[in-house]
Amino acid sequence: MDSLRQLAINEEGFVFNPATGESWTVNSTGLYILKLLKEGKDEDAIARQVATEFDVDLETAQRDVVDFIEKLRSYRLL
Amino acid sequence: MKKPYEKPVITKVETGLMNKFGNAPYYARKVRTAIDGVSIDALVQQFGSPLFVLSERQLRENYRKLHRAFASRYPNVQFGWSYKTNYLQAVCAVLHQEGAFAEVVSSMEYEKARRLGIPGEKIIFNGPYKPVAILEQAAAEGALINIDHFDEIADLEAVAKKLGKQIRVGIRVNMDTGIYPQWSRFGFNLETGQVMDAVKRIQAGGHLVLTGLHCHIGTFIMEPDAYAQETAKLVQLKYSIEEHFGYQIEFLDIGGGLPSRNRLKGTYLPPEILLPSVEEYAEKITQALYDHLKPGDFPTLILENGRAIVDEAGYLITTVVASKRLPDGRKAYIADAGVNLLFTAFWYKFTIEMDRDLPGVNESCVIYGPLCMNIDVLDEGTSLPPLERGTRLIFSPVGAYNQTQWMQFIEYRPNVVMVMEDGMVEVIREQEDLSDIERRERLPEKLQLNSIAAE
Repeated sequence: MDSLRQLAINEEGFVFNPATGESWTVNSTGLYILKLLKEGKDEDAIARQVATEFDVDLETAQRDVVDFIEKLRSYRLL
Repeated sequence: MKKPYEKPVITKVETGLMNKFGNAPYYARKVRTAIDGVSIDALVQQFGSPLFVLSERQLRENYRKLHRAFASRYPNVQFGWSYKTNYLQAVCAVLHQEGAFAEVVSSMEYEKARRLGIPGEKIIFNGPYKPVAILEQAAAEGALINIDHFDEIADLEAVAKKLGKQIRVGIRVNMDTGIYPQWSRFGFNLETGQVMDAVKRIQAGGHLVLTGLHCHIGTFIMEPDAYAQETAKLVQLKYSIEEHFGYQIEFLDIGGGLPSRNRLKGTYLPPEILLPSVEEYAEKITQALYDHLKPGDFPTLILENGRAIVDEAGYLITTVVASKRLPDGRKAYIADAGVNLLFTAFWYKFTIEMDRDLPGVNESCVIYGPLCMNIDVLDEGTSLPPLERGTRLIFSPVGAYNQTQWMQFIEYRPNVVMVMEDGMVEVIREQEDLSDIERRERLPEKLQLNSIAAE
């Protein structure tokens, strides 16, 4: 979570890690999830919030949130 | 109102790196909703997934285009349909309707052609192993037999004696046409003089009459000049044999090997840029004929193309049944068809189309098949938007070699349908069930499990 907390994220979905110089682009759903993760929310809460905010069912949201988190791990952001 | 949903994607920004493959931009995505006017959805609803779909229209068009390329340049052209490329009856029947002979390489293929109603004299019989029984049948029925080796000369002479007649034959030749690898395992070598030894042997026997020459230089040949060299050498050989042995060489069979518009793994350029047109091949080959044939001499030019005719007429519809994230961050999809059905996945990188336009940026992904085997990979690395479960992926071109080299392994083989020119869809091979798998098995009485339980 430490590396996640130090990320600079702008509203257009550009993500920058000042510690390593790496940067990423993230789409709107990913940006939404990333912000909730920064706030310390857990997977389940995030999925529910995604399903409320976006036009998607809870089951798909849960699967996609888990998948997105796994992708963040592969980038060592979590 | 809720916001429209797009699966969450994060992509690392890489700068300063060379990328000669491009980065699979949004516009490169391919969506296919129908094959020859029949919707993918309707096909799967009716015939299940996975599903092989062949297009009668495309099959005929490819045949006619290739045939026209040669027949418009040379007056005496005959095509032989390479059965091993796809010997589904419906495919063979379409090509026989178009005028192709059957080009077969085994007892099974010979029997298939005969059962389909092709007379012996319209069958070209190649292959390194022709058992005596089928040689006898083929010789009796007047098939065009191309001899592969000296032992076959002896076998055919024995057949000729038994039938009490001379048998008209061709011989297979292998040669250097300037390409690598040089295929040297079929027939008799030209450069070492082995061909002439074979002709001598045939003449000495007196039971066979040499009427033709055959050569197959290789497969997926991307260099038209190789065929020009082959053709020139065959014509020179024809005249040399006619002069020294008195035989009349009536046909020159230059084999097959023309590429389909498929993409070999490891090639950077797409096939439409990389591959010469069929007209270029036809031009080189017929020019070589005119350069070397004597005036007024037009031996039959036989071609035995397979993949160049049927590959692009075939599609495989698959369904994404699951997805997962690999430890390296790549996305992996599991499709309901694997290398059990797509044998050619081992050397081709197929075109992959989606049945719907999906939102989101492209991600690197791997597409696995359903087999519990590590080798079951349909595409090791492609770029697709996040796929929903149930998305259908359409792989093409897959009409060549898959319905002959597929494996009954772990999974049942699915329906194969043909979209006919009139828009009707016909099942041309039914999906398998357990009875197909076990029909030839015998379980010994003492191993019957219910009898063990009763003891």
